[in-house]
Amino acid sequence: MHAMSGRTLTQLAALLALGAVLLALGLAIGSMGWSPWTEGGDTMRLILWDIRAPRSIGAWLAGALLALAGAIAQGLFRNPLADPYLLGCSAGASLGVAALLFVMGVSPAAAALALRVGMTGAAFAGAVGAVLLTLVLARGVTQSLRLLLAGVVVGVVLGSGSALLTLMNPDILRAMQAFMLGSTGYVGWSAVQVMVVALAVCLLTALGCSRALDALTLGEDTARSLGQRLTVIRLLLIAALSLATGAAVAQCGLIAFVGLVAPHLVRSWGPTTHGALLLLSPLTGGALLLAADIAARWVIAPQELPVGIITALLGGSYLLWLMHRRKAHFSGLGGGR
Amino acid sequence: MNASALRIELKSLSLGHRPVLHPLTLAPAPRAWTAIVGPNGAGKSTLLRAIAGLLPFDGTLTMDNQDWTAWPAKERARRVAWLGQNEAASEDLTAYDVVMLGRLPHQAWLAPASAADHEAVEHAMRQTQSWDWRERALGSLSGGERQRVLLARALAVRSGVLLMDEPLAHLDPPHQSDWARIVRERVEAGAAVVSVLHELNVAMQADRLVVMDEGRIVHEGAPHDEATHEALQRVFHHRLLILQVQGRWVALNAS
Repeated sequence: MHAMSGRTLTQLAALLALGAVLLALGLAIGSMGWSPWTEGGDTMRLILWDIRAPRSIGAWLAGALLALAGAIAQGLFRNPLADPYLLGCSAGASLGVAALLFVMGVSPAAAALALRVGMTGAAFAGAVGAVLLTLVLARGVTQSLRLLLAGVVVGVVLGSGSALLTLMNPDILRAMQAFMLGSTGYVGWSAVQVMVVALAVCLLTALGCSRALDALTLGEDTARSLGQRLTVIRLLLIAALSLATGAAVAQCGLIAFVGLVAPHLVRSWGPTTHGALLLLSPLTGGALLLAADIAARWVIAPQELPVGIITALLGGSYLLWLMHRRKAHFSGLGGGR
Repeated sequence: MNASALRIELKSLSLGHRPVLHPLTLAPAPRAWTAIVGPNGAGKSTLLRAIAGLLPFDGTLTMDNQDWTAWPAKERARRVAWLGQNEAASEDLTAYDVVMLGRLPHQAWLAPASAADHEAVEHAMRQTQSWDWRERALGSLSGGERQRVLLARALAVRSGVLLMDEPLAHLDPPHQSDWARIVRERVEAGAAVVSVLHELNVAMQADRLVVMDEGRIVHEGAPHDEATHEALQRVFHHRLLILQVQGRWVALNAS
């Protein structure tokens, strides 16, 4: 209830410690299961530094970005079912990747161009393009409901575009499936750098708007009566939401449920302001995705499960449990709270 | 607290393509409680939202003879506090956090709450007898308890003008009386209080009654005036009994 309560500080410290423990585990578990870094020589050091370290840090960062985007979306749209993919990000990223894979099969020249753009670039461009399209269709950011509906329309239309491209060239089906399920297997140091910058920018932006989000919980009229410039705040938050989601999706594909579940997990620990929620959700999401990534590597080693399957299973189960536990909270869902 | 003179001169206000308010002028006096009453659909809440600057309209809104809409948003928020009808109930914020939102107009961007902010919040919560629930989530409170927290949120602004749309919703009779006492205290401290009320008996305790019907102000006067009683009878189709009981005017259902 003050700037940062003792409870929030305790949670912050616990989540940071959990992240550190998971990172150590992430470094110790490889394609052959448990293989800590105390064993082996130069090869092991290379595996640790070039593969496990960026992958583990990248998984934490992607989870943090998605959770931050989820917390922003739920606060901005005052809807606890809002997730990072709400404004068409996921459908746009999928279409970007599908278009890239499709073009690669058209001609060698097109393939060369597509390679320069890369899957990451295509996914990011698709995600940002979809959000821009949503904003155009919603005629700006002044009406939350119009934005939500436009996001749904963009998601459906772009999703059908991806399906059409996949149908026209079934060879791209497997690569598309890998993207849709999400994976942290290809995250390198450059991806880590991109996600660190995106997380810092988005977190600062969101924290700067956190009091406006608190005011918005009492309704738009009240928030405006308290001197909040909602149009500017919405624009800033939608930019942060899109950048965070686009950066995570471009590096790791469509990872389900982390963005939806992490803010709920934080809220289940007790009443919280958006300042605390926006700080704790990324730490929770990072820990969730890194834990899921470790499980994905370890459960059927040396084979690997797509991490998106684990997050969907865990996230879906958790939400069901939460729904059962907090019937009163979920019975009122229909739009705004 | 500065005594503020807010004045609205409205030519028309439409919601969608439907005209809701027709030409009217209202200037709630400082150091006075003005109650807006009238039948359902008379345009009372719409007028209050227009006065609060929350709805665009054709006309002018001035504060101390200056164009109010041109003032910086935060300055406006410091001068005019708003308590809306059916404000949403946050599941996530404690009652204390909610009331602290009333101090937002006084706080610099990202600055922590000052001792004055904490003092204002505690005072407002004690005034509305909601201090005991300060650690509870707003969503976990009953309707009446929540309304008292939201009233404390509006009081914590410590503004010269206090606009309240149906503030008595969910309040039991003793707390309705408490609300009227708090309003009187704010008025004596120099504030202009404007409230839309359905509870005519509480409205009859105001300094001035604004009677509305079909988007127009049909009468403005003191609650004890005969002309005010006639206006009330007209807009409520003569279905009221307006009586004086133990020195206070009350309006009863005639049917």
